[in-house]
Amino acid sequence: MELPPYATLGQKIWHYTFLTICGLIFFFLIAPILTIIPLSFNAENFFTFTPGMLAFDPEAYSLKHYRDFFTNSGWQQAMWNSIKIAPVATLLSVSLGTLAAVGLSQSHVPFRRLIMAILISPMIVPLIISAAGMYFFYSRIGLQGTYLGVVLAHAALGIPFVIITVTATLVGFDRSLTRASANLGAGPVRTFFRVQMPLILPGVISGGLFAFITSFDEVVVVLFVGSAGQKTLPWQMFIGLREQISPTILAVATILVVISIGLLTTVELLRRRSERLRGMSPG
Amino acid sequence: MTDSVPPARATGPDQFTGATPDNAIRDADRAKAGRVLAADGTPLKRSLNRALRAQKLRALMLIAPLLIFILITFIAPIADMLFRSVENDIVSQTLPRTVVELDRWDGEGTPDEETYRALAADLMVATELKNHTRLGSRLNYETTGISSLFRKTGRDIDEAGEIYMDQFVALDAAWEEPATWVSLMADPDWIAAQADWSARAKEAEAAQDAAATAEEARALEFTEPEPRFRLSGTARDALPRTSRIYQQFASVIRSEDGDSPTQEQPWAIVYQALYEDLSGGFTGESYDGAQARLLSRAADAVAAFDTLPVKEFFIENVDEDWGDPEVWGTIKAFSSPYTAGYFLSAIDYQLTPQGIEPQPDDQKIYALLFKRTMFMSLTIMFSCVLLGYPIAFLLSNLPLRTSNLLLILVLLPFWTSLLVRTSAWKVLLQQEGVINAILVWAGAISDVGRLQLINNQTGTIIAMTHILLPFMILPLYSVMKTIPPQYVRAAKSLGATNWTAFWRVYFPQSVPGIGAGCILVFILSIGYYITPEIVGGTTGTFISNRIAYHISQSLNWGLAAALGTILLALVLVLYYLYDRIVGIDNVSLG
Repeated sequence: MELPPYATLGQKIWHYTFLTICGLIFFFLIAPILTIIPLSFNAENFFTFTPGMLAFDPEAYSLKHYRDFFTNSGWQQAMWNSIKIAPVATLLSVSLGTLAAVGLSQSHVPFRRLIMAILISPMIVPLIISAAGMYFFYSRIGLQGTYLGVVLAHAALGIPFVIITVTATLVGFDRSLTRASANLGAGPVRTFFRVQMPLILPGVISGGLFAFITSFDEVVVVLFVGSAGQKTLPWQMFIGLREQISPTILAVATILVVISIGLLTTVELLRRRSERLRGMSPG
Repeated sequence: MTDSVPPARATGPDQFTGATPDNAIRDADRAKAGRVLAADGTPLKRSLNRALRAQKLRALMLIAPLLIFILITFIAPIADMLFRSVENDIVSQTLPRTVVELDRWDGEGTPDEETYRALAADLMVATELKNHTRLGSRLNYETTGISSLFRKTGRDIDEAGEIYMDQFVALDAAWEEPATWVSLMADPDWIAAQADWSARAKEAEAAQDAAATAEEARALEFTEPEPRFRLSGTARDALPRTSRIYQQFASVIRSEDGDSPTQEQPWAIVYQALYEDLSGGFTGESYDGAQARLLSRAADAVAAFDTLPVKEFFIENVDEDWGDPEVWGTIKAFSSPYTAGYFLSAIDYQLTPQGIEPQPDDQKIYALLFKRTMFMSLTIMFSCVLLGYPIAFLLSNLPLRTSNLLLILVLLPFWTSLLVRTSAWKVLLQQEGVINAILVWAGAISDVGRLQLINNQTGTIIAMTHILLPFMILPLYSVMKTIPPQYVRAAKSLGATNWTAFWRVYFPQSVPGIGAGCILVFILSIGYYITPEIVGGTTGTFISNRIAYHISQSLNWGLAAALGTILLALVLVLYYLYDRIVGIDNVSLG
């Protein structure tokens, strides 16, 4: 995007207009998320900047919404529910998903396309339809409104992400390594854990992070499959947004933004490490 | 592979015994069979096939747990939803006799007396089982008013046949006694078994009373259920109607109330059935059971009974709506175990006795809703292209280091919780929110003229464009990265202007990215629920909000399933296109 020294005035104007437009779009992308961070420190129960905040008056800022989040029993219960559901669902989808991805990456898999389509389907089907179907079916078999039901549903939703990231990592996997390991006398299980697993681990972890964030952020399915006892953080936020919007939501949102920044950094680092391990160009 | 290494000896033909490749080849040469053999002497083809089969099996074994998991937790629910969109056995299960009788009805006027009799019997049973309100609400989706009609009928149904009950009892007080009925209807074996059972129950009760402690008493509790009622063959032959309804009476009170027919007087409707049996073709010879004399006296008297046709009872005493052909038409139209009714409702048609007809204009909402969902998804898709294209172009033309840095600005929203982004927009777009405050401050609008940006289509479009924009930028970027810059340079060196070089050379190469991004954004947006629910108000909602409404509020699950099925079909078609254009395997996650 370097502007050549011989650019005409028109080209220069266009170039800077273009950059301005891009800047505005980036602003559109990022500003809403950044706006809520200062607003969450508002000392008043308002959703806009008070004159005091604009004047950077320390009095106008407070941590009271955070205090509310950490003391309010509704929010706390929701947080613990999220913490109880997401890791179990992630573990389930990562273990089953990795196993299946290894199976799928072998050279002769019958009905590969069909199997792949079935395994990816939870990502394709709109959430409201998955939620409706699960609600109907889980109430038939007595899973509706139970912890197990929510965990199973979330694990199913996370699986496509694990399958996609792990199979992508396995594409660059050198098969001669497993053959060498077998040649040296290691059984298939040992080969998997000692040779294959360390190499595909970055893919597995980032798949797991995707699965985790899917479950942690998920609200539609838990709204239908869960009952009041499984109220998660997003569910509580959803209720708060639909009924009475309290500024505590902004404090929760800020905490979640911080968590997602952490996750994003982790995934990015893992991706680079994985590409380095597989000898690809550093991204 | 460490076993059976033969000792090393001088090499040469057949120095090693056993299965070595050399020997196999030599064997094959000697045999001159023209077939290639594997080391152990089996034909190579079979040996390879076996190895391949083992490999396939191993791969499948690895996939199987997940496949089964997904089939149970995900595919079965979807299949259940598809099934529910056509399932309709509630009418034929709750009103089995009525449905059979209604077969003869031609849709003109009211059905015949026989149908009303069947209805009375069905509704009596349904009311006792408390099924009639469920059926009423189901049929109410099709014709309003049926729900209250069924509730009202449920309250009055035990009066059906009362007129006959009174006359039978006036004739002989024995008709009031449960014991009379049992000896009339029941199989002698059952009577004996029942007597035995009640004797043991009494014994147990006595033992319980004598028990010293509460635990002991609990341990002695008599839990054995009463033997299941059996009709006597004579009663079944002589009094077919009575025995059918009496049998049902016995089984319903046993399962619902834990009562015994030996203790309970039958429903009034049983007397009605008895009247029907006795007045139509009953002769004294056909019954020779225990109560033959009582029965023949009653048979002689029924001719003089006051009568009240069931049809009249329903229309005059219960509700005149039972004389309404529309009510009957609805029952008949939905009497088959499968129905297209939900799908017809989902596209603003209805199933009537006269066939398929469009809904009245004031009830047409789904076509509008589908059109709105389409229109808004397309708008969101176009705004995503408009905003995403420059960003992807910029990112793919910057040096890698800078573009990776800027990519974080795209990925951060992508990774941020959907609820966070939605709440951000709710805060920003409110009338007292940040955007309106800035506009007022800048003097663009007056304080009273604050813009209505939320709870309408504008709100949904703005928020969803923001939420789905990364899904447009990422595929676009990955396509644009692969476009070699030489082509544009070549075009320019051949004399093209910047615009021509872009439009004729660069843009066509980026079209696959636009296609992929558009389909992805479109698929995601037509199924969106959360964001429209929160910022959409009433005019900015999608079809998915209606599905959620039918599941959790109106409880019309069948219609929710039908709407879901249509939406699913739409998404699958789009996904098929996506697969043809991009390939599902190429889905990349940032």
